[in-house]
Amino acid sequence: MTSSLNPRFTFETFVVGPANRLAVSAARTAAENPGASYNPLFIYSASGLGKTHLISAVGARARAVAPELRVEYLTLEEFVDAYHAAVAAGQGEAFRKRFTDVDVVLIDDVQFLAQRLETQAELLRLVSHLLEQERQVVLASDRPPREIEQLDERLITQFAGGLVVDIAAPEFESRLAILRRKADERGVDFEQAVLSAVAEYEARNVRELLGLLNRLIAFQAVNEGALTVDGARTLLGLEIALADGAPDAPLEAAAGAARPADEFADFLDSVGTALARQVEVWRRRIQESVEYWDGRGYRTARLERLLDEETPAGAEQAVHAYEADVERLQALEAEMAELDSARAGDPIFRDPERLDDAEAAVQAAREGQGPPPGPAPNLTFATYVETEGNRVALTAARSAAATPGTLYNPLVIAGPNGVGKTHLLSAVAHELAGRPDAVVACLSAQRFLDEYVDALDRSRLEQWRTRFRRVTGFLLDDVHLLALKPGSQQELFHLFNALGDQGHQMAFTASGPPDTIEGLDERLVTRLQGGLVVQLPAAAREVRHAVARRELEQRLGATDDAVIAYLAEQPDPSLHTLIEVVQRLAQELEASGESLGLGLARRVVEGDAAAVARPARRSRSSGIVLSPLAGVRSPEKVVWRWPHVGDRLIEDWR
Amino acid sequence: MSLVNFTTREITCKIVYYGPGRSGKTTNLQYVYGRVPEDRRGRMVSLATQTDRTLFFDFLPLELGSISGFTTRFQLYTVPGQVYYNATRKLVLQGADGVVFVADSQARQLDENLESMQNLQANLLEQGIDVRVVPFVLQYNKQDLPSDLILPVAELEEQLNFRMVPAFGAAAVSGKGVFETLRAISERVLRKLSEEQSG
Repeated sequence: MTSSLNPRFTFETFVVGPANRLAVSAARTAAENPGASYNPLFIYSASGLGKTHLISAVGARARAVAPELRVEYLTLEEFVDAYHAAVAAGQGEAFRKRFTDVDVVLIDDVQFLAQRLETQAELLRLVSHLLEQERQVVLASDRPPREIEQLDERLITQFAGGLVVDIAAPEFESRLAILRRKADERGVDFEQAVLSAVAEYEARNVRELLGLLNRLIAFQAVNEGALTVDGARTLLGLEIALADGAPDAPLEAAAGAARPADEFADFLDSVGTALARQVEVWRRRIQESVEYWDGRGYRTARLERLLDEETPAGAEQAVHAYEADVERLQALEAEMAELDSARAGDPIFRDPERLDDAEAAVQAAREGQGPPPGPAPNLTFATYVETEGNRVALTAARSAAATPGTLYNPLVIAGPNGVGKTHLLSAVAHELAGRPDAVVACLSAQRFLDEYVDALDRSRLEQWRTRFRRVTGFLLDDVHLLALKPGSQQELFHLFNALGDQGHQMAFTASGPPDTIEGLDERLVTRLQGGLVVQLPAAAREVRHAVARRELEQRLGATDDAVIAYLAEQPDPSLHTLIEVVQRLAQELEASGESLGLGLARRVVEGDAAAVARPARRSRSSGIVLSPLAGVRSPEKVVWRWPHVGDRLIEDWR
Repeated sequence: MSLVNFTTREITCKIVYYGPGRSGKTTNLQYVYGRVPEDRRGRMVSLATQTDRTLFFDFLPLELGSISGFTTRFQLYTVPGQVYYNATRKLVLQGADGVVFVADSQARQLDENLESMQNLQANLLEQGIDVRVVPFVLQYNKQDLPSDLILPVAELEEQLNFRMVPAFGAAAVSGKGVFETLRAISERVLRKLSEEQSG
């Protein structure tokens, strides 16, 4: 297959001009350092502008630089034929193996992938494999990847991951250079002016240009005497409007007419351009780098500022430093994608000037520095109703919050469902969070468990741990939910020790005193009991009154003493049940359009509502019953996501 | 000569207009001089004979200002065309970064053109300048004269441009082709510069 590289197609015979300089430079780099950069290299251009020449030159150069390299050049058609033949012969695997130890693969005419889904899949597999092995892939096409009909998105992404570069039609100088070179190759001499005249014609591609040259050569071969400019133009039928200043321009007509108004300014411009291009090689280097990285979505302001400077010193180093920073950003972005995929697309990963920010963001993500979960906003001491029954617990909570880590550490609030444990715990959390430099975590044991399983699942245990070990206050609701969860208990045990050593305040709620909770590890029980355990009795009547009033005000924006009294006197003492009733009342009011009244409340509590099947208890945390429609605002009360069975198995095994 | 000084951020290009007597070298410079804003042009020094022929040389310093951060100066010189001033020509040619050969398009001046071209090559050679690499462009001046007096460009090309360098038809009196020539030689000088720099 390598024999099909045309020996005439080398970099030496390729005329480089502004229209193809980038492509040639990329191709040369790819040839001299296969697989190291610009991989895959995708070259596209209109027909006849040198794609095949360039892609072949890559092969030739690669072999010249390192003769031991295996180079495969094939057109897509050959690729398809070979693949089909291999599949037909049941040798699909052999076909794949053929490429496994090739160092440079050159595939021409990739545009024929259009609508060939099977070939696309095979090519995708091949290119992925080669890229993994850091083998160089160069592709040529007559259109950019996006414009190849029905091209697999994955291929488009893969091509875009390297360098996609185009070749434009040659400008006058390049056309002239090509003509001269070709004439030389053919051993034919033309007058300079004749070639200039032909070059003036804006040929759409090199083949057309060479077609014109061939006609001149043929004509000159059968005629004596050199071809003149006029003769050439007549022969080729070109209506070439020769540029002002060309040797044979109609001088008297053109004298002064087509010249720019300010010839000197025009001259200065062209000298400036030439200077920038020729003298300031460093500028060109920077500009190329700017174009390259800008095209890949990176901010290049840092490089652009260099262009405003006047010393070339250090330009190369500056570009290297910039590219090193971009590489670092790419690595950071990849790491961030692992840690927190939602933040991987952050613009800081596209701006080398913000490398420090990117480092910090990734470091933060590494440390799990996303803020730990906090308490529900409205559950504060201010909204807590003090009664005879809860006074001890409330006082203890206030004291613990006022002197964190010293007086009652940990504080354990025990009691049945719906007596206000969570409220009290959250109130402590709010107090603690109000202290300077405080970082307070307040969450349900269920969430603690969920996060732990998730961290296990994503191998981010260290980050997760760090996130909690940096808090200054740790408040865990419903610690009894960790019963029979040895893994989570172990985590809590270590966390407890770490925070306790640092004197940080901890508080817990539980369904009863720690030693009464079955399935809780002894070492945890003793630690929980090492501080203060307070009991919250069933909510007293005045508490239920106050909560009923508060809930009605919050949810309905209205109160009715009779309704409040009726709700507070219900036999079920749980505040959660009370809150749920108010929720249902709110729904009913909204649905019926009635105004708040005792009749409606009765109907909700005893009447229709009783007939309607009670909504299933979806959460078993503090006993808050979630109505399927009404939202409970406290996120840590809601189990949004149950662990998968598999995760629970991991848990059980530990 | 040191063309580019990166320390002082200066570029100085010396461009010499060469050619036979009365071919229009001074006219080229005068036309350029006339187009340069006053703050950019130095004093044009012209040492002429009483019959207005260049006795010694013309010197036109052009301050192009800061281009890409370089203080850029072009120094345009002409040599006296007359055969007997060869010593002066050698002197002027010293350190030239580029050469413009201004040929007289008149048919009867062909021999003078050829002779001057040979003289240029001999003088360059003598100074160790490789004629094949020095930036060089041709100008076929006086193309505005009646066509029966001048040679067509194609013939001038054949006679004079055997090195296939860029060539421009011109009528320096009216300015036709003057800046095209200057631009071409400037670009070639700068390109050469970059080759030396990267080489």
